Amino acid sequence: MHRKHAFGAAATLAAGLSGPAFAQDGAATITVATVNNGDMVRMQGYTDRFTEETGIDVEWVTLEENVLRQRVTTDITTGGGQFDVMTIGMYEAPIWGAQGRLVPLDDLSEEYDVDDILQPMRAGLSADGTLYAAPFYGESSMIMYRTDLFDEAGIEMPEEPSWEFVADAARRLTDRGAEVNGICLRGKAGWGENMALLTTIANSFGARWVDEEWNSQAGSPEWLEAATFYNDLLADAGPPGAAGNGFNENLALFQQGRCAMWIDATVAASFVTDPESSEVADSVGFALAPDAGNGIRANWLWAWALAIPAGTDAEDAAKRFVEWATSRDYIEMVAEAEGWANVPPGARASLYETPEYRQIPFAEMTLRSIEAADPDSPTVDPVPYTGVQFMAIPEWQGIGTSAGQEFAAMLAGQQTPEEALAKVDAMLDEEMEAAGYR
Amino acid sequence: MARAASPARRAAFTALAWTLALLIFFPIAWTILTSFKTERDAIANPPVLVPLVGGADGRPPILAGEADDPAEDATGGPEAGARSPGGPFFRATLENYRVVQERSDYMRFLWNSVVIAGGSTLLGILVAVPAAWSMAFVPSRRTKDVLLWMLSTKMLPAVGVLYPIYLIATFRLPLGGGTFQLIDTKPFLVVILMLINLPIIVWMLYTYFREIPGEILEAARMDGASLRAEIVHVLTPMAVPGIASTVLLSFILAWNEAFWTLNLTAVDAAPLTAFIASYSSPEGLFFAKLSAASTMAIAPILVLGWFAQKQLVRGLTFGAVK
Repeated sequence: MHRKHAFGAAATLAAGLSGPAFAQDGAATITVATVNNGDMVRMQGYTDRFTEETGIDVEWVTLEENVLRQRVTTDITTGGGQFDVMTIGMYEAPIWGAQGRLVPLDDLSEEYDVDDILQPMRAGLSADGTLYAAPFYGESSMIMYRTDLFDEAGIEMPEEPSWEFVADAARRLTDRGAEVNGICLRGKAGWGENMALLTTIANSFGARWVDEEWNSQAGSPEWLEAATFYNDLLADAGPPGAAGNGFNENLALFQQGRCAMWIDATVAASFVTDPESSEVADSVGFALAPDAGNGIRANWLWAWALAIPAGTDAEDAAKRFVEWATSRDYIEMVAEAEGWANVPPGARASLYETPEYRQIPFAEMTLRSIEAADPDSPTVDPVPYTGVQFMAIPEWQGIGTSAGQEFAAMLAGQQTPEEALAKVDAMLDEEMEAAGYR
Repeated sequence: MARAASPARRAAFTALAWTLALLIFFPIAWTILTSFKTERDAIANPPVLVPLVGGADGRPPILAGEADDPAEDATGGPEAGARSPGGPFFRATLENYRVVQERSDYMRFLWNSVVIAGGSTLLGILVAVPAAWSMAFVPSRRTKDVLLWMLSTKMLPAVGVLYPIYLIATFRLPLGGGTFQLIDTKPFLVVILMLINLPIIVWMLYTYFREIPGEILEAARMDGASLRAEIVHVLTPMAVPGIASTVLLSFILAWNEAFWTLNLTAVDAAPLTAFIASYSSPEGLFFAKLSAASTMAIAPILVLGWFAQKQLVRGLTFGAVK
């Protein structure tokens, strides 16, 4: 008798635990996986309005970027079907699109006006001309600099500076006694951290990762010039311990007035000009990322975009959500409720035609930076891959991570640029060979 | 040989113990402290360390919505900003907790953590007690090997079996017109976490049981006790401290487990680890909010540990019957 009771209780408990795991066809609930960035969090606050309009319920799964990437990668490669909408980056979109893992977004409604999406964003989120993810917000990189320090030193920042100018200004503005560094740049190892920046520097110096036959070019003189330039600049004018600094560390340094210049994501502009978080909010200027006279600027291109995994149970509902969240109407709704400074930037051309938005100090430079990036032709010499600050191939995460560690070790003074590049060159050739690119 | 330590020696040991304790506790203290700062104070360098409770004129701590948030008057230079008191001081605020409460359903994550950690511990003990009993009291020639083999499952990095387990978890069982998947359900996580912690639980219990003289159990058997009576009425009471500390350890391990609980959940079964992960951001400085979320996630287990510390220390240091 006792035993029976025990089993009964266990069964009841199990039943109580499992309830909502049943997926019905044509479900009116969609699950959206996303990252914890300001604009995404804001979007969650407007979910009720979407549900009101469409009757579709939305469940959110918010995770840290790297956790999310691992989570959605596992799910999409196993066909797990956990998510109906995924927030993915410009790196994943063309790869998964070409592999048939995403629902093509080639039948979006007329009101959605797909032609309004900024051309570089569209190019970076497409595979073979088909759009696979709709940009929610986009970014490039640019120079943020301290107008007060530049004025004091009598240096004038041009709108389109060269690396030579930037390096010279950085060295002149460095004041170790006052803890002011001429320039803050990413040094922390990672394909999305130091490698994003270093790849764009290399692009501007005329270097490329591979030639058209996928042979590593990391041993080229252009790469050596770029890596040496970056290494010397940070040694002379960068903050101490630059090899550990990523976006957040540099953001903190800049907000505390420790950097005269910072080259990083355009979305940082809204942080550094916010008086609630930044001590230098009223003295920040913006300029395009530098070039080295080769016709390519050192600015990257990235978007957080919404994509629908192939095989979802709720494709139609998911599509309605993607259209809603990346539409002009959404932008206008946020602008009305919270002001133009809070709308997701960098996705639509029409946003930059809005007079109210153009008044925001960094709006124009953001647009020009995005337009200066071309994911289909990121380098001086032609390359067989898409992507500006990365190669949009599945192997890149591994390559970028190991290369990032070599360059971080270089910054930390453990090896010379020549040594770092020799290792990266050998590793890249090996990877290309092993993955069957040549 | 009665070693009455000299006062100097005792003072040295006390200082050492305090230093070590503070060192170990420092990250937790830092997290809790940061959770009461504004985002701007959270990244201040040199850091601000001393919280001031109450507004400048003796009002309660600044809560959002109340007019006197100093950050709101921040129109110009650094002096007007949120860092009002100066020096190593900062004005403590509950704002981060309010934001976190508003944004996520803490209770849902908490409940999932309780069910998953509790369920896996309970299930683990049910499996491990008989297993440890047999190995401790009726060992065979291969018992040592079995124990080692169990431990060897901990030597493989978890990610090595992510894909196979994920495939099992996402397999669609046709059921009643729809499909059923194990992923993102609490029972599945209970089983997975139980399996992950089982080797440690068995090893711990085995060590405790070994301390109990087999003769006591033999005496019970002589008196006609059944196997069940022997385990429930003789062995268990003697092993209670050991079992209790095993339960606590298993619960804490399951509570803190952050690989499987992140990878095998989405909405319905997501525990506090997912709650924390949703506040970490590589692009944006939200350390204060992240700290508030972390504090909320560790608070229950800290409280539990506090109340159970006597039991825990006794179980971990004295074994079962010493």
